[in-house]
Amino acid sequence: MIQAKDGRTLKFHIFRYNPQLEGDEPKMVTYEVKEAPGMTVFIALNEIREQQDRSLQYDFVCRAGICGSCGMIINGKPDLACRTLTSKFKNGEITLLPLPGFDLIGDLSVNTGTFNRAMSERVGTWIHDEQAAEKSLDELEERMDPDLADEIYELDRCIECGCCIAACATKRMRDDFLGAMGFMKVARFHMDSRDKRSDAAWYEIIGNDEGVFGCMTLLGCEDNCPKDLPHQTKIAFLRRKMVGVKV
Amino acid sequence: MNVIYTDSLVIGGGLAGLRTAIATKQRGLDTIVLSLIPAKRSHSAAAQGGMQGSLAATIKAEGDNEDVHFADTVKGSDWGCDQDVARMFAQTAPKAVRELSTWGVPWTRVRKGPRSVVINAERVTINEKDEAHGLISARDFGGTKKWRTCYTSDGTGHTMLYAADNKAIECGIPVHERKEAIALIHDGSKCYGAIVRDLITGELVAYVARATTIATGGYGRIYSVSTNAVISEGIGAALPLETGVASLVNMEAVQFHPTAIVPVGILTTEGCRGDGGLLKDVDGYRFMPDYEPEKKELASRDVVSRRMTEHMRKGKGVPSPYGDHLWLDITLLGKEHIEKNLREVKEICEYFLGIDPVKDYIPVRPTQHYSMGGIRTFATGESRQLKGLFAAGEVSCWDMHGFNRLGGNSVAETIVAGMIVGEYVADYCESESVEIPMSVVREFLRREDAKITAIIDRTNGEDVYELKYAMQKIMMDKVGIFRNGEDLEKAVQELEALVARSRSVAIQNKIRSSNPELVEAIRVPMMIKLAACVACGAHARTESRGAHAREDHPERNDRDWLKRTLAIWKNEADDLPTLGYEDLDVMKMEMPPGSRGYGKAEIIPHPDTERRVKQIEEIQSSMPDVDRHELQKAIMPYELPEKYTGKNERIGVGFE
Repeated sequence: MIQAKDGRTLKFHIFRYNPQLEGDEPKMVTYEVKEAPGMTVFIALNEIREQQDRSLQYDFVCRAGICGSCGMIINGKPDLACRTLTSKFKNGEITLLPLPGFDLIGDLSVNTGTFNRAMSERVGTWIHDEQAAEKSLDELEERMDPDLADEIYELDRCIECGCCIAACATKRMRDDFLGAMGFMKVARFHMDSRDKRSDAAWYEIIGNDEGVFGCMTLLGCEDNCPKDLPHQTKIAFLRRKMVGVKV
Repeated sequence: MNVIYTDSLVIGGGLAGLRTAIATKQRGLDTIVLSLIPAKRSHSAAAQGGMQGSLAATIKAEGDNEDVHFADTVKGSDWGCDQDVARMFAQTAPKAVRELSTWGVPWTRVRKGPRSVVINAERVTINEKDEAHGLISARDFGGTKKWRTCYTSDGTGHTMLYAADNKAIECGIPVHERKEAIALIHDGSKCYGAIVRDLITGELVAYVARATTIATGGYGRIYSVSTNAVISEGIGAALPLETGVASLVNMEAVQFHPTAIVPVGILTTEGCRGDGGLLKDVDGYRFMPDYEPEKKELASRDVVSRRMTEHMRKGKGVPSPYGDHLWLDITLLGKEHIEKNLREVKEICEYFLGIDPVKDYIPVRPTQHYSMGGIRTFATGESRQLKGLFAAGEVSCWDMHGFNRLGGNSVAETIVAGMIVGEYVADYCESESVEIPMSVVREFLRREDAKITAIIDRTNGEDVYELKYAMQKIMMDKVGIFRNGEDLEKAVQELEALVARSRSVAIQNKIRSSNPELVEAIRVPMMIKLAACVACGAHARTESRGAHAREDHPERNDRDWLKRTLAIWKNEADDLPTLGYEDLDVMKMEMPPGSRGYGKAEIIPHPDTERRVKQIEEIQSSMPDVDRHELQKAIMPYELPEKYTGKNERIGVGFE
């Protein structure tokens, strides 16, 4: 079981700014919280909001590390706040910033939804198969190699938290860069035998500098993905594939 | 006046909402989904273990079909469900699994040949047939006769939700995110949409629609500890209650899942036990076979949760600073299996407990998990009181779960209900010419705006967090797994007082735009009313059925209680709901009440049961030459949208 040093006082340095409030200016505010055993950043933020400042904004949904709502910069690195234990930080100082690369809603809350929907529309994150609608739901489903199904699931585990986008230097320089989240979707649907898109069709989507050729290979995505998805391998794979496409 | 018009308004962007929206959009109707959050973050994503559908591809599912699924569901419900709806569901579920496959869910597939599995704590080899290779596999779950739970590792809900949301994006369905419906627009007989608050700007908008579907999930957060997402506060269920007209039903039917981790209450899937995991006590002893010799760890959830609680009460729990717990042991499944099929469980154990389930036992305890009760609907999904109002998924009481839901049947219900209810919503939109009384819309906008102004302007009043915690504690302490008259009576009185206090909530952060405290101030009074419905229903129901277990009334009393509890909130000034009842008709049941085959069976029979059993036997003997489909139709005919009535194909038996 998790044991934390009981009674330690944590210092949270939190980015505060509400763009909805006229005249509000961005600032860092420090809050002190008494650490409890097994405390996560989720628990601490709730305590701060309820006991110290009712206006503090942040996003949590599942609080179990699976919904991707709570990505934020925790002591310099993008991560999921719900499953980050405060005991991880030896000196008890925790700095929280909103994820860069997304529109700020307020404080630690950013608008990943609009970004992710645009990414989905750009990549076409659905099975492209003109015959799919005609398949009878009464009949046996189309068979799939069991290994392929498992491999697709490995890539389908992306929770669109945005940590890879926040960690991406290319994205910071080039606003229209697709980013690792989009590449992972491409890799996932490219691998899926049910998706009938050709390599040439994929080239239309990612065969340029805003796509897979723009990546500077700094691999902040690989280093910071909370789901440990194979970004490095897949970006390399897509590049190789796209280089081979005759246009 | 801010107004947005559409044909089909869907409140909630989880699986049930998205699937309903896809159905109406595909019928050519203008459709809008409202969601508190980006749709892919919905709580549907947390369903780990899988979705039941009788595809019968794996060898351990041989002989499975709609009939077996139906029977398991009815038994699981402790005969509280609507058997027509359970039939509609069992018939459509295989189609739902197959449809999701065409939409991209990477279902785990059957691999031909021998494979090693753990059954009843022993490693055995099963041989999958050659002709099953590559078809959708299934795992074992509680309360089921066959391996029927289709899955993708333990991220099933995630893959389903992503496939459904991607399909919705392909269809061009707009999802209006960070919007909260705070009131229904209605005239007492018809619903015209909802008043919606923008959670960023604070602006109120009237979404006016021909049909409004609520698909907002459960109300687990009325309890202190719940496996539910923090947004599962039940506001979607509260909206009809606030109309004073529409009824909620069986609100006392609350499920506690046997294996949530201690102390934070995050779920570890039933797949852990389905795949062979065991429950152990303070001595490392496997205790479930002593209580449930037949189903052991895989009895239905209500039964396992009660047995665990009983065992802890005997002093066999593991003491911890957060109270007693038991152990879930999946070490016997081996590293390879855990890392492939239970990887989310492994991550949760690593991050929240600092343990490795390959080597260590997981500390677990029964925890609030699912709301069987909800908005009362017809089998079409439409409210029985307000025309044009529909509900689908956990928020509804459609009612296929009765007093206990089987694992794997909820995520299945979301999609299946979306498919079926979506068709009926579209039918309604096409048939009804809706005259929108704009004066009603205007009045609701004004009223909601005034309520918010009052909350902001109030200088002295109740603290919203204090009220919320008081409610959650009452529910936790007095309306839990085991219930008794004395505690329930206290719970009702205390909640009654909270309802009164919640009318004068005041907040510290006095801004109208994005303001988490204001969100709570709008929600908490509605949540307390829901809690009161649960407590009142539980107090009045003097029997034990499914998840509702009364220590002072341990028997299932079919004679007096084979009925659903209805709750309405008649007047705004009332401090408690008004209860009513609706009988279940034994003479229409395909499966008359009987024993579940697990749990304690003390049953006071219904006077019609014997008569109906005889009647069914006569029907059976009068039709010796018909197939199972014909026989079923003769015993209990039911309606279903035409497109889902086709027979389901399975290997070995074809369309039989």
